[in-house]
Amino acid sequence: MSAGRFGQFGGRYVPEALIPALEQLDEARLSAMQDPGFLAELEHLHRTYTGRPSIITEVPRFAAHAGNARVILKREDLNHTGSHKINNVIAQALLTKRMGKTRVIAETGAGQHGVATATAAALMGLECRVYMGKVDTERQALNVARMRMLGAEVVAVEHGSATLKDAINEALRDWVTNVERTHYLIGTVTGPHPFPEMVRDFHRIIGVEAREQVLELTGRLPDAVVACVGGGSNAMGIFHRFIEDEGVRLVGVEAGGEGLDGRHAARFATAVPGVLHGAMSYLMQDEDGQTVESHSVSAGLDYPSVGPEHSHLRDSGRAEYVYATDTEAMEAFALLCRTEGIIPAIESAHALAGAMVLGRELGPEATILVNLSGRGDKDMHTAAEWFGLVDDVVEDEMVPSGESDDPGAAGDGRTQL
Amino acid sequence: MSVDLGVSGVLARCRAEGRAALIGYLPVGFPDVEGSIRAMVAMVESGVDIVEVGLPYSDPLMDGPVIQHAVETALAGGAHVVDGFRATRAIRDAGAPALVMSYWNLILRRGVDRYAAELAAAGGAGLITPDLIPDEANEWIAASEREGLDRVFLVAPSSTPERLVRVTEATRGFVYAASTMGVTGERTTVGSAARDLVDRTRAVTDLPVCVGLGVSNGDQAAELAQYADGVIVGTAFVRTLGGDGELGARLDALRELSTDLARGVREGAR
Ligand SMILES: Cc1ncc(COP(=O)(O)O)c(C=O)c1O
Repeated sequence: MSAGRFGQFGGRYVPEALIPALEQLDEARLSAMQDPGFLAELEHLHRTYTGRPSIITEVPRFAAHAGNARVILKREDLNHTGSHKINNVIAQALLTKRMGKTRVIAETGAGQHGVATATAAALMGLECRVYMGKVDTERQALNVARMRMLGAEVVAVEHGSATLKDAINEALRDWVTNVERTHYLIGTVTGPHPFPEMVRDFHRIIGVEAREQVLELTGRLPDAVVACVGGGSNAMGIFHRFIEDEGVRLVGVEAGGEGLDGRHAARFATAVPGVLHGAMSYLMQDEDGQTVESHSVSAGLDYPSVGPEHSHLRDSGRAEYVYATDTEAMEAFALLCRTEGIIPAIESAHALAGAMVLGRELGPEATILVNLSGRGDKDMHTAAEWFGLVDDVVEDEMVPSGESDDPGAAGDGRTQL
Repeated sequence: MSVDLGVSGVLARCRAEGRAALIGYLPVGFPDVEGSIRAMVAMVESGVDIVEVGLPYSDPLMDGPVIQHAVETALAGGAHVVDGFRATRAIRDAGAPALVMSYWNLILRRGVDRYAAELAAAGGAGLITPDLIPDEANEWIAASEREGLDRVFLVAPSSTPERLVRVTEATRGFVYAASTMGVTGERTTVGSAARDLVDRTRAVTDLPVCVGLGVSNGDQAAELAQYADGVIVGTAFVRTLGGDGELGARLDALRELSTDLARGVREGAR
């Protein structure tokens, strides 16, 4: 077995042409993590730019709907650009400069990682190109505008299903072609080694801060830590510091979409291991091994595979994975808005839905730490449509059709907000 | 008849003739399964020495737009992994070795041992694995040894001397030199990177070195044939087969292209 395995998962299933770049990246990040200068620069940026440490917020009015357990939110939504994604992006952008590269590329689904990457590129004077499925660019016109405003080039990918997985394919093609001066700034804990480990390490600060903050607030460790799992970066970020705290349950919440009988992204509930985008992990695939399209009301969770370390945590029993359907997530979304005055990202609302179930199971004695990975500004179109908040006429104007002109595009853009 | 399924015999014969081998790629299922197999046989009949049978995959990240479009068509038409076996059998019957070119998940899903046994039974020569590096290939190396199948791994201009050694030591059949950094697709010039890569590869192995990515006509093939043991052509065949008109006419165009390329690999003789 090669380097970069979590149990049987992970590895490097990529063209040989990329191996030198992965080795260079691995060396660069290992030396950077030992370099006080690099760590100080990263810490400084997080303090003065990202907005770290992020606070925790106890939410008793919400908790009344979660079995009256004590519910504490880790507020990654308050970071610059609106989600946890910036933690990883700032660090990888610094690494890009350290490696002497001048150009970054990224994939994005909802646009959050793309916006964070465009932001860091602007900050550090790097050339930036973001790949985005065509159906996603139409649904996320505002995030496309944000990225362009920040100086990034946004490329609409029309091939395949014209959604996130195809954007990753296209980014990998770009990387193979331009690898000498380009860093592929992957947005989650997937991809070939060292990405899953490196991205986790860059998000680990979430759990490090939260563990201390919860201890200070409550005098003890939480009974459970809950996070949504798309690729799995915000979840690995908050889980990692707690892995050795055996009494702390780690609960990942996947996107149940329409439910397991319909379209969904509940990989652990249904899938078997396979290889996609450079890593061995649980993968939604058909009998032949062709990737099956996922679906979720939340674009950030709409991915047919999952970070390999989660697969290992799952198979080893250290973490457990449940799913929340679109409907359950949107109920939790509305509930947090109305009870606490916090509009969460729909991704994060899946974690909230998971916490509601868990709270009822554990009861009032329990403390549950929830990673609020992002804020919901980007999700207002979806919410407006879901809850019927706008007149039909206005709604038609607000919500583009999300159709691709490409005859090969099979993705359902209307669900890709 | 030789019982050896591999490509070595053909490559040795080409070398004895003082020329490079012509290796042609087509994905099975494009324009449909029947048509793709007829096209592969037509290539063999008109000068292609070794056929690469591509298995269509939903996420072909090493391929450019022409091949992406073809495999999407193949998948939409219902092409399956097992259709590759019909193709290898037909090519073998037409007198040429057939290597299956597949992204790794398709093989993994079927089971590496099972796939290897089925491929050997279907007369296949081996596998080309664009997204499997030797470091991850223990299971496949064992299975291919057992079945006597070739293992074609890739090297690239970015490969370090250490990687060239690692890859070529695990390879059986020939080394696939991806001559330019990037995805499949035609290019106007093949460039000096190819020659440099072939030279660097030869310095570490006695295996034949075949060059691919970018070749579209006989003259380019002739240029490569001056220093490569084989010239690999994919996109140009796919584009030709994907043209307008009746399948019969497109097969004629495919034969013409094969003939031109076959001329090229002979003209470039060292
Ligand atoms: C707010 C938010 N949370 C979660 C995710 C899911 O990603 P991950 O599972 O890597 O945290 C995204 C991805 O776009 C996101 O924007």
